[in-house]
Amino acid sequence: MSLANTAYNIFFKRNSVFVGTVFAGAFAFGVAFDIGVTKFYDSWNRGKQWKDIRHKYVQEE
Amino acid sequence: MLSRLSAGAFKKAASAGPSRSSTLFFGARSASVRFASTKASAESFVASRTALVAASAVAVGSIAWYTQLYGSLPFLSEVHASHLSDEGLHPVAYPWSHKGVLDTFDHASIRRGYQVYREVCAACHSLDRIAWRNLVGVSHTADEARAMAEEVEYTDGPNDQGEMFQRPGKLADYLPGPYPNEEAARASNGGAMPPDLSLIIKARHGGADYLFSLLTGYIDPPAGVEIREGMNYNPYFPGGAISMPRVLFDGLVEYDDGTPATTSQMAKDVTTFLSWAAEPEHDERKKYGIKAVIIFSTLFVISVYVKRFKWGPIKNRKLFYNPPSSTTKTH
Ligand code: HEC
Repeated sequence: MSLANTAYNIFFKRNSVFVGTVFAGAFAFGVAFDIGVTKFYDSWNRGKQWKDIRHKYVQEE
Repeated sequence: MLSRLSAGAFKKAASAGPSRSSTLFFGARSASVRFASTKASAESFVASRTALVAASAVAVGSIAWYTQLYGSLPFLSEVHASHLSDEGLHPVAYPWSHKGVLDTFDHASIRRGYQVYREVCAACHSLDRIAWRNLVGVSHTADEARAMAEEVEYTDGPNDQGEMFQRPGKLADYLPGPYPNEEAARASNGGAMPPDLSLIIKARHGGADYLFSLLTGYIDPPAGVEIREGMNYNPYFPGGAISMPRVLFDGLVEYDDGTPATTSQMAKDVTTFLSWAAEPEHDERKKYGIKAVIIFSTLFVISVYVKRFKWGPIKNRKLFYNPPSSTTKTH
């Protein structure tokens, strides 16, 4: 019960904190989700995308 | 059905007796059950001349409408003086590297396909919707694209003297077409217009499969098929006779990544390039598709859970009815 109590006291007690948690959580989830999906997508399509063949053509100054 | 009957026949049916007419129009009701209003209304309206005229008008009108809309009478099969070859041979389905719902384009192939387009197809076909900058980060680096653009002269202006002037291309310029206008294009191709290739993959049935089949499908016309001078036989092209000659031959271009330039390799690469040109958002779109499917299926599962959670107590409750204990019956 104490865990739920702690969670309640930290996140839910004050509405301002609750709303802030929702916004920050949405932001963090968005970033993490995008990274995760991109990682899967790039490994599924390994060697096919421009970023995989770009090194053959760029000349670094 | 009703309109086929003559007015006389209709009248006879109506006057044959109340039981006849009521089973005709109210077949669902058993004849032995008679409602007070049935007979009166059946005879007063359904058997009336007005109803006959209205039903005939509706029938004639809908047939006329159908004929006007589709160009033939309904329910009558037609005889066509055409042959299946007029529709073009159906292409087989090829295993494109970007075919699956999770698959991106093969960008090395796009790069080779651009080379084929530029060295072969661009002699006759424009690619109006692609600018040099679109190639950057897809098949070429910014430096390469800029260098290719600068090889082309563009008309710009007017300058402060009010005159148009020539300048080397920039990344923002669109790929130049081979002809100044459609008339010039037709004049150089025996009256046929080489279509713009920007959206050709979307503009043809069969898409990429069709284009690949078309480019590799040139054969001698079969016995009995005559092809006019200046035309070529291709079974995949509707009608069989196409103005575009076979353009791809083994070893026509030299790929900078060392891929052997066979006819089918070039056809595959240029088709992949044109698939990209028709759908540059393709890779990004599929990535968003993955995200959307994950998010929406999660939300769906959550909504099912919430529904069951909320309805659980309501659906599982038991209602007891305790009748008042009494020995004397009261109302
Ligand atoms: C010699 C000029 C010429 C060249 C080179 C050429 N084409 Fe064509 N192409 C034509 C003409 C002319 C037509 C119109 C044919 C017709 O309508 O009969 C055409 C039509 C087409 C069509 C439309 C077919 C249809 O279903 O209507 C496609 C697609 C096409 N060409 C692709 C290509 C590709 C890809 C290349 C490069 C590999 C290429 N063409 C090279 C002249 C050319």
